[in-house]
Amino acid sequence: MNVTSRRYGAAAVLRVSGRLDQDTCEAFRGDLMKEVEAAARMGGGVVLDLAGLEYVSSAGLRCFMLASRQAKQHQMKIYVAALQPMVREIFEISHFNLIFQVFPTVREALATISPDAAAAFDKG
Amino acid sequence: MRVRFWGTRGSIPVALTSADIRDKLALALVAASGRTFASYEEAHAFAHAELDPSITHTFGGHTPCVELEVPGDEYYVCDMGSGARPFGVHVLARQARRSAVVNVFMSHVHWDHIMGFPFFGPAYVPGTKIRIHGCHDVLEEAFRLQQREPCFPVDFSQLGADVEFVKLEPGRSHRVGALTVTPHLQLHSGDSFGYRFEHGGKSVIYSTDSEHKLENRQEAESFARFFQDADLVIFDAMYALADAISVKADWGHSSNIVGVELCQMARARHLMLFHHEPANNDATLEGLLREARRFEELTRGEQPLRVSSAYDGLEVDL
Repeated sequence: MNVTSRRYGAAAVLRVSGRLDQDTCEAFRGDLMKEVEAAARMGGGVVLDLAGLEYVSSAGLRCFMLASRQAKQHQMKIYVAALQPMVREIFEISHFNLIFQVFPTVREALATISPDAAAAFDKG
Repeated sequence: MRVRFWGTRGSIPVALTSADIRDKLALALVAASGRTFASYEEAHAFAHAELDPSITHTFGGHTPCVELEVPGDEYYVCDMGSGARPFGVHVLARQARRSAVVNVFMSHVHWDHIMGFPFFGPAYVPGTKIRIHGCHDVLEEAFRLQQREPCFPVDFSQLGADVEFVKLEPGRSHRVGALTVTPHLQLHSGDSFGYRFEHGGKSVIYSTDSEHKLENRQEAESFARFFQDADLVIFDAMYALADAISVKADWGHSSNIVGVELCQMARARHLMLFHHEPANNDATLEGLLREARRFEELTRGEQPLRVSSAYDGLEVDL
């Protein structure tokens, strides 16, 4: 599992890659929480870019849930974007698509947060 | 071994309403799309073969009561939810005035799991022997309490049957009649216990009212050992995963998705979704079943897992 972050205007994009299951979720949760805290200090929203996420189990989905709770404490919202077909289906099957706003692309998620964030993404 | 489901709903009994029945009839007529049927049998065959299960049947509404039938004279049943009433009718009809021996295994004593006992006909018949097995210290107290005034008109002491309470030790195998029974501690308010039943080379797990903390690998491995190679796992799948770990976290129940994951870890053969949320209608329960089956397909390893959803009246032969 790997988590990297990048700032686009008022938004942070956390790029998640690998397989997220019971073996990897504990370390991932620590990384994710740190990134959410950092994003909270900067203000704005958080986008999880899941284009590199190959698989997510129930334990991994719980990490997203905990991150969402933490973000809410900071009056932030977490958006999810660019899911691979299998992960998208798991989100639907587990009803996580009813909890998270899911976007086809990172740019569309950023545009929901602010036009500046989308513009910053366009600049690369 | 035959497993017979007398009650499959969680928390509180529910019943189909007249509006529900009208909806099903309307959907069936639309599906028939102008076809005519020369006989009842022809219409019945159409309903059986072509209509969606959410139209042709209901998951029923009795709270937990699951019978394990094995060769021999004694009865074996998990929990005494409201499904115990029709189970009692079945026992009395089958015994035809002969005395019955009924072995009960209690997951815990929350109301939905004991509420059928005051309506369990054999309890009123002298000569009936009822052994109520469980791991809780409060087992007997709970059964007596619900039949105390002003809650019920017939006190427990007035029952005609000989009722014995038998304490079982979790994590240890016990011989009860024809079955080998191993209780397993589960996470639920006031604790609950799952049971592994073994007979004739077949194994059935009864694991209801059990929440699973997903990040705890040791807990998952403990349940995988408990479920290991089981022929049937009857599993608390009350919620969708998102509900189970958000708004309904710590409510003591689990989800269809976690059921699939644990059964896959355990290399179990058949997962039975159980303890249905009373707020869920038949279509919602069908949806949860479809989703569990699809999740199993997506995550399947070497061994496929059959996934079903329990309904009142279902029988499974092992």
